[in-house]
Amino acid sequence: MTVTRGGWRVRLLTLWLPLGVSLVFALFPFYWMAITSLKSNQELYNRKIMPLIVHQPTLKHYVDLITETSFLLWTWNTFLVAVTSTAISLVLGAMLAYPLARLRFAGATLISFAVAATYLVPQPLLFVPLADLINRLGLGDTLTAVILTYPTLLVPFCAWLLMGYFRTVPIELEDAARIDGASRLQTLVKIVLPLCGPGFISAGIFAFTLAQNEFLYALIFLTKTEVRTVPVGAIAELVKGDVFYWGQLMAAALLGSIPVAIIYSFFVEHYVAGLTTGAVKG
Amino acid sequence: MPTALSNVLFHLYSNPREDQDKVITDSWVFGPVLKMVGGLGLALVMNQDFRFKNLTRALLLLPFIVPTVLSTIAWQWILDPAFSVINWALMATGLANPGPSWLGNPYLAMFSLIMVNTWRGLPFYAITLLAGLQTISPELYEAATIDGAGRWGRFRYVTLPLLKPIIFIVTMFSVIFTFADFQLIYVLTRGGPANATHVFATYAFDVAMGAGQFGQGASIALSMVPPLALIILAMAIYMRPAKS
Repeated sequence: MTVTRGGWRVRLLTLWLPLGVSLVFALFPFYWMAITSLKSNQELYNRKIMPLIVHQPTLKHYVDLITETSFLLWTWNTFLVAVTSTAISLVLGAMLAYPLARLRFAGATLISFAVAATYLVPQPLLFVPLADLINRLGLGDTLTAVILTYPTLLVPFCAWLLMGYFRTVPIELEDAARIDGASRLQTLVKIVLPLCGPGFISAGIFAFTLAQNEFLYALIFLTKTEVRTVPVGAIAELVKGDVFYWGQLMAAALLGSIPVAIIYSFFVEHYVAGLTTGAVKG
Repeated sequence: MPTALSNVLFHLYSNPREDQDKVITDSWVFGPVLKMVGGLGLALVMNQDFRFKNLTRALLLLPFIVPTVLSTIAWQWILDPAFSVINWALMATGLANPGPSWLGNPYLAMFSLIMVNTWRGLPFYAITLLAGLQTISPELYEAATIDGAGRWGRFRYVTLPLLKPIIFIVTMFSVIFTFADFQLIYVLTRGGPANATHVFATYAFDVAMGAGQFGQGASIALSMVPPLALIILAMAIYMRPAKS
């Protein structure tokens, strides 16, 4: 970090002003989300009132959202899908990462290359064949459909992240365990996993966030209201005909963002670590 | 087999929509430039010592964390033709009356999409670049200062070269994800107005799910592959995990 001269005026210009502008830019939509959800419909659609504050807050939209739509069901679905697919992906990812990190075998390079590449293949590319597959398996409109398809995007990421963490375990520890008679699996479970706790947390949080964020597969595979997740439900069902129920939409958007925001606030360091591991080498 | 091949060839070479898709996708991908410049600037600002640094960093990352569909819904309301708060501000300060049609005019719609995408993606750039900045040893800066480099000189000869690998990786990530982005466009414009903002992803979805033409939808999605494959290849080679 450089040492610069200048009094508070310089600091204002080079620090507080840009920061302030950035924060306003970054956070305004959330503020807007919040106050819109608290305004009554009369206030919301009245163009003569100053819209930047709430004049008569009301919880009507939240009440309507919870009582008149399947929002709670969607939240539960989203949570269930995210947790299950994250768990599956962590297990599969670890199983994929360990051999690639430690063992030498024919095709290892190709496979690790393929893992990096698969991570980058976008969902809009895969959705047609996956849709066909789900149809043939008769899994349309079930949560199983999404639980099975989410790992296609979560596993490569988990594997890649975990590979990096596995490599940081000193090989001597593993050698010592194996000399003492442990099998590969036991070494993995008893030595490597405990040491890579932070790695699993990072991977898990990231995967959970990715699963919550997923939209395309959920949109395609989940067409019945009982099985929908929050993003799909909000888009598909809070717009009836041509009428947007903005109050409820904003309430749904806010409530839907909260779980992720809470988890995030506890694990910011891990989240940032997950983000930057791939980008900042060494 | 012949049908599949003819499908792909048909869409790759004869459909005029493809050209438009390509133009849109190209300009759409312009976002990363914005994000990089803004992200680098923000990272440089954040690289100073100040109170509440961690809190600020967490808050600045929020647009990236929150599920895209949900934050995009908020933007849809911010850009609403009748009740946009931006237009309210423009009218209240007398700058425009009535305000522009952010999502109704084809060019403005593209602009709005790029803006929202930048809003969401810039934190990723900023935080990753910040991590990179923090790995640059201060001794290098001191050495440069001793050699007579001013602020700009230090930036140009120390910061930028050392950040190049990270900039490359982050940009490639961003290009890949933006190239195939579906959620943002689907929520804000569905590819409209009048197909002006369709990209490969949304068009493929429209054709496959809307019109029920799976074959054509798949071939549209596949036409994303050549440019994407090149980028993915470059990325995968660059980031290939080192052999142990």
